[in-house]
Amino acid sequence: MTDPTSNPTTDPKDFIAGMDSNARKSPTRVVFVTRRTSAQVKVADEDQVQTYPEVLFRALVAIEVLTIALVGVALLFNAPLEGIANPLVTPNPAKAPWYFLGLQEMLHYFPPVVAGVLAPGLVVMALIVIPYFNINIEAEGLFLKDRKRRLLIFYLVAAGLSLFLLVIPEQPMYVALVPTLIVAGFMALAAQNSPQSPSAFRRYLAAKPLSFWIMTWFLFELTVLTAVGTFFRGPGWSWVLPWRS
Amino acid sequence: MAKTITDYFEELRGTRVWRSVFRSGTGSSTLHRALAVQQNVFLHLFSTKVRTRMLSFSTTWYLGTLTFGTLLILVGTGIPLMFYYHPSVPQAYADTKDLQFVVSSGLFLRNLHRWSAHAMVFLVFAHMFKVFYRGAYRPPREFNWVIGVILLLITLLLSYTGYLLPWDQLAFWAITVGSNIASAVPVMGNKVHFLMLGGNVVNANALLRFYVLHCMILPLVAILFVAIHFWRIRKDGGLYAHQSEPTTVAAESVPAAAKGGQFQ
Repeated sequence: MTDPTSNPTTDPKDFIAGMDSNARKSPTRVVFVTRRTSAQVKVADEDQVQTYPEVLFRALVAIEVLTIALVGVALLFNAPLEGIANPLVTPNPAKAPWYFLGLQEMLHYFPPVVAGVLAPGLVVMALIVIPYFNINIEAEGLFLKDRKRRLLIFYLVAAGLSLFLLVIPEQPMYVALVPTLIVAGFMALAAQNSPQSPSAFRRYLAAKPLSFWIMTWFLFELTVLTAVGTFFRGPGWSWVLPWRS
Repeated sequence: MAKTITDYFEELRGTRVWRSVFRSGTGSSTLHRALAVQQNVFLHLFSTKVRTRMLSFSTTWYLGTLTFGTLLILVGTGIPLMFYYHPSVPQAYADTKDLQFVVSSGLFLRNLHRWSAHAMVFLVFAHMFKVFYRGAYRPPREFNWVIGVILLLITLLLSYTGYLLPWDQLAFWAITVGSNIASAVPVMGNKVHFLMLGGNVVNANALLRFYVLHCMILPLVAILFVAIHFWRIRKDGGLYAHQSEPTTVAAESVPAAAKGGQFQ
């Protein structure tokens, strides 16, 4: 090891962590890992393209295609416009915008504080906390570990939720029960399978984590309730068939 | 050899005026392409390079881009619509009728605005589910997911406030049904309902409130959050690339680092 002070041409700053090298000519990097630092080493670079022009061009084409499609729709279909607002004449049924019809469908079964405040509030809270739960980050197949206990919890939750939808609302809420039972059926199938299962679909189900099942259930309920509220509800919020008016 | 359009464009880019406007200057080297993004106040929200894999359609279905596209269309059609609209009762309805039958292309403008608004709500939901199923909310992108949820709520509010503006039966009763839900909030439900409508029922005050929210406050808030949303993509390491994210060597594999720092 050279003593940096013995060579007058070497700047003392070039001396790095006891390595005998000239840092300007052949940089040798030495990493110190101290007590409170966790070392994160990023490896593997992959193919990249320039944002300008490649990515911006593609975005422009995507937006252009969308614009053409929407202009086509705007030329073919007129936006609805009814008679002037009249507080004295209530249409039957009076419907909220389509994206709130899932909520309005729930209002048919639950008191407003549950369907209109509690339920959407909980949904927004649930959406916000998704990335802050480690179980969502690890994303392991729901029934791959601790199978017996998890299966028991799953049966209890599925049965409890189904019972809740049948008993608690003012009338049995079949529109929410059917999607719940379908998703529960797929979950039960997932529990019978593992990554070694013969069919690709069964392996796919077996690998799905809890967050996947909850979100899929939510998406299914949202779609069904919104579709029912939009197309299948008529005067007095009774069932109607949209193709028979 | 005759000059091509590209040559003229390059000449234009070299002029003193152009260079005073765009800081990146002429040239098409990788450096200049990077500068074109990095030296532009709007484009610098994005990273200068993107993983090639992220451009394939199946990765994102371009849902975020398309949602932004609907926002652009809505601003572009919304401003001309404002020129023909008075937020007062009953003039609002008469103006909407005029847009249908009197104003040149008024019908087209209103149609495009309304269908794009529906498309935006749909695309925001689709974008959210796509991001979820891709697992793209994972750290360090947690907060951008939260901003996305906020943008979803802003989008719903924008669409909802716009719903009242034509002042027809459809608008009036949809807002009446929706705003009645606010009354169900425990303890202060009626106060919230009153604050929202500027009265106990949907009336001229509600129309004015919804108009100001729809044309001014909510778009500004939306644009602010969209800017943060885009900027965070760059800051959080670009679009989430499934599985071949740069492998992170965990602290545990570094001997003695995490466990007290002493070689035992």
